[in-house]
Amino acid sequence: MAEHAHGDHGHHELPFWQKYVFSTDHKVIGIQYAVTALFFLLFGFCLMMMMRWQLAYPGQPMPWIGTLFSAVNMPEGIMVPEFYNQLGAMHGTIMVFLGVVPLAVGGFGNYVLPLQIGAPDMAFPKLNMASYWVFYVGGVIMLASFFVPEGAAQSGWTSYPPLAVIAPTGQTWWLWGMVALITSSLLGSVNFIVTTVQMRAEGLSFFRLPFFVWAQFVTAFLLLLAFPPLEAAGVMQLMDRIAGTSFFMPSGLVVTGQALDVSGGGSPLLWQHLFWFLAHPEVYVLILPAMGIVGEIVANNTRRPLWGYRTLVYSIVFLGFMSFIVWAHHMFMTGMGTTISTFFQATTMIISIPSVIILTAFALSLHGGSIRFTVPMLFCLAFIPMFAIGGLTGLPLGLTASDLHLHDTYYVIGHFHYVVAPGTIFALFAGIYYWFPKATGRMMNDALGKLHFWTSLIFMNGVFMPMMFVGMAGVSRRLYDQTQYAYGAQVQGLTAMSSWSAWLLGLAQIFFIVNFFWSMRKGKKVESDNPWQATTLEWATPTPPPHGNFKDTPRVCRGPYEYSVPGASSDFIPQHASDNGQVDQPESEPAPTPADDD
Amino acid sequence: MQEKVYGYWLPIDISTHGATVDWLINWLHVFMVALFLGWGVFFIYCLVRYRRRANPDATYDPIKGKIAKYVEYGVIVVEAVLLIGLSMPLWADFKHAFPDESDALVVRVVPEQFAWNIHYSGTDGKFGRTAPEFVSADNLLGLDPDDPDGNDDFNAINNLHIVKDKPVIAHVSSKDVIHSFKIPVLRLTQDAIPGQDIRIWFEATKNGAFDIACAQLCGLGHYRMRGQLTVESEAAFQAWFDEQSGAADEEDEFSF
Repeated sequence: MAEHAHGDHGHHELPFWQKYVFSTDHKVIGIQYAVTALFFLLFGFCLMMMMRWQLAYPGQPMPWIGTLFSAVNMPEGIMVPEFYNQLGAMHGTIMVFLGVVPLAVGGFGNYVLPLQIGAPDMAFPKLNMASYWVFYVGGVIMLASFFVPEGAAQSGWTSYPPLAVIAPTGQTWWLWGMVALITSSLLGSVNFIVTTVQMRAEGLSFFRLPFFVWAQFVTAFLLLLAFPPLEAAGVMQLMDRIAGTSFFMPSGLVVTGQALDVSGGGSPLLWQHLFWFLAHPEVYVLILPAMGIVGEIVANNTRRPLWGYRTLVYSIVFLGFMSFIVWAHHMFMTGMGTTISTFFQATTMIISIPSVIILTAFALSLHGGSIRFTVPMLFCLAFIPMFAIGGLTGLPLGLTASDLHLHDTYYVIGHFHYVVAPGTIFALFAGIYYWFPKATGRMMNDALGKLHFWTSLIFMNGVFMPMMFVGMAGVSRRLYDQTQYAYGAQVQGLTAMSSWSAWLLGLAQIFFIVNFFWSMRKGKKVESDNPWQATTLEWATPTPPPHGNFKDTPRVCRGPYEYSVPGASSDFIPQHASDNGQVDQPESEPAPTPADDD
Repeated sequence: MQEKVYGYWLPIDISTHGATVDWLINWLHVFMVALFLGWGVFFIYCLVRYRRRANPDATYDPIKGKIAKYVEYGVIVVEAVLLIGLSMPLWADFKHAFPDESDALVVRVVPEQFAWNIHYSGTDGKFGRTAPEFVSADNLLGLDPDDPDGNDDFNAINNLHIVKDKPVIAHVSSKDVIHSFKIPVLRLTQDAIPGQDIRIWFEATKNGAFDIACAQLCGLGHYRMRGQLTVESEAAFQAWFDEQSGAADEEDEFSF
């Protein structure tokens, strides 16, 4: 962080550890979340790159890297199946719960949302700090679990019992970690809801909120309502493991020839219902903030209002609601009868409608625009077709008849990765390039950014497109070696192609990492507080925003995307500007308060 | 020349219900690609036509016209037709239109880490009682030794033999963790869940040997939990069946 000399607002100068470590400032917490989450994204990606070696070259020693691991996990550099399963389970867990959600909600939500609504901070700053540190503890538990006897959790990120209940110690650590992460999300979601409802600047009615705020608001409700069932389920599985209960364990289990000593009478399917009751809304927790970011950046870079702002808002509210009643489409093959499957197929088809509307609105926003191909805009433009592929490939999985063949194959992996990787993660990259100048006062390098974008786009597709065909051929997911099956051996070439693309994608991220750290110190300084000439309130603060954010509380006079208003002297009118002429504030000057003009 | 079984798209289909599944998958993809391309053309057009250099001043008012709305309605109609016209009837058939047990081959599929136990009733056509306490290394199914129905029962480990053009009813369960009984050429996936007995049915229309796979992570050996499906003529099946059943019966004679 740059110095906070200007705009001290009469706040005391805090000691270092309170200012940067145990801070209650939403911006510091946002950055802590973002940096921690970026670390975990990289870590989770590394786990996957190791798995990709085993998938591409089953049973062959991993060159060089293989020698760094213990003989238990990688004897003579060859990965054992137990270790492969650990990497798989932890890749999923880390990417979702420690990477994407903390970055999208904890990072961007914390940093941007209070600024966009003209608030000095979150409603409950101490709760906010608690949320980060509980998350941090959850992350440490997850990382530490790799070092317990027999390693980390290895029953998939879904942790289905009975397998998860009879799994080694790592699973217990996974459950403790999840309890911490869920608690953290609950603390955060309450804070976001209260902040959005209570702390909006004067004049900022709900339908003047930037789309990003709406997206975070709906997301917070999803977290608040969907996580408690999983927290309960997590504690129940924990009790099954350590207290001898049998919530999820049926009677009469015989494991490796021995009758299992459990009281029995439980239901493995109960876990799946509780898990997916969270985990399907969770998909929308991953995607909604990304859509919010894309909305902001598309409006800013087309220089025209978002097409159908109200339609977009209604769509995400509807998505949020529907996301609670589609969960059992993950369970079509559990012996589900016609009544239930009819209901869940129908809701699944219905939930595709608002998604199509949202994508259409983004595409129509381009029409009539004056498009600037900035780096954040490139990532957002790529988000649109990539998310479309992710969404469309959901259709064959959402209908039971086609799911009969595609269920639990690589097609599923390809489908949801298109949603989350070149979808959500691209939008998150866009957000980083877009708000970096606000947070640091420096621009990120354009050439490196473009290089990062194009290489990532190509290799992302190289990773995930082959999976669609591998899945179509019938290859099950979570296989340590697909060549065991005739149809797997047939498409082994495509799997190797995915692997090579993944490693190249890994290399492509070096452009981003270098850019991120280099620009922090050496990037081009911003010439104004509003380098993108944007309309929303976060650009009305000094750069970087001081503790307390705004020099004078802004008053909002208009909607969020007043770009290219006919007759205006400039092609954008900030939300807080009281007439068409007042734009482009000089650097570090207070935002014009309406009181000056009245 | 032998027909290619597996490839880069759907494997060959040897089931009676698979044609509908394939039809749905293929046409869904045609629909998806058409939608994506049509929409992509508009997308690319906008990027070129409305780039800053070609269009320095953006338009404030939203684009008018009804095409987007009609496309939206089109999507809804197509989804509704596929859902109500295809997917629901197929599922109802698969779940409810069971053949009569007397016309079908009935087996129990009871997987464990990491093998498929296929329980056949033997020549008497009656499954013996099973219980966890009877499970041992040479009695993987846990057949009750005191139940005469079980005397000629046999367990064809990793080996599902069925008759061409004769329906099969399988009772799918599990001994330990959740597995998933998957046969790509039959367009079939069914989770095998301990504590549940799920009945499925299917019918194969081609002779041959094909892979059975596990589709649900079940532990370190998940990847090698491979079985073989053998589809054969009535006569070949009967010969195999009688031989296995007789061997099982003899074993029992000796042991009592």
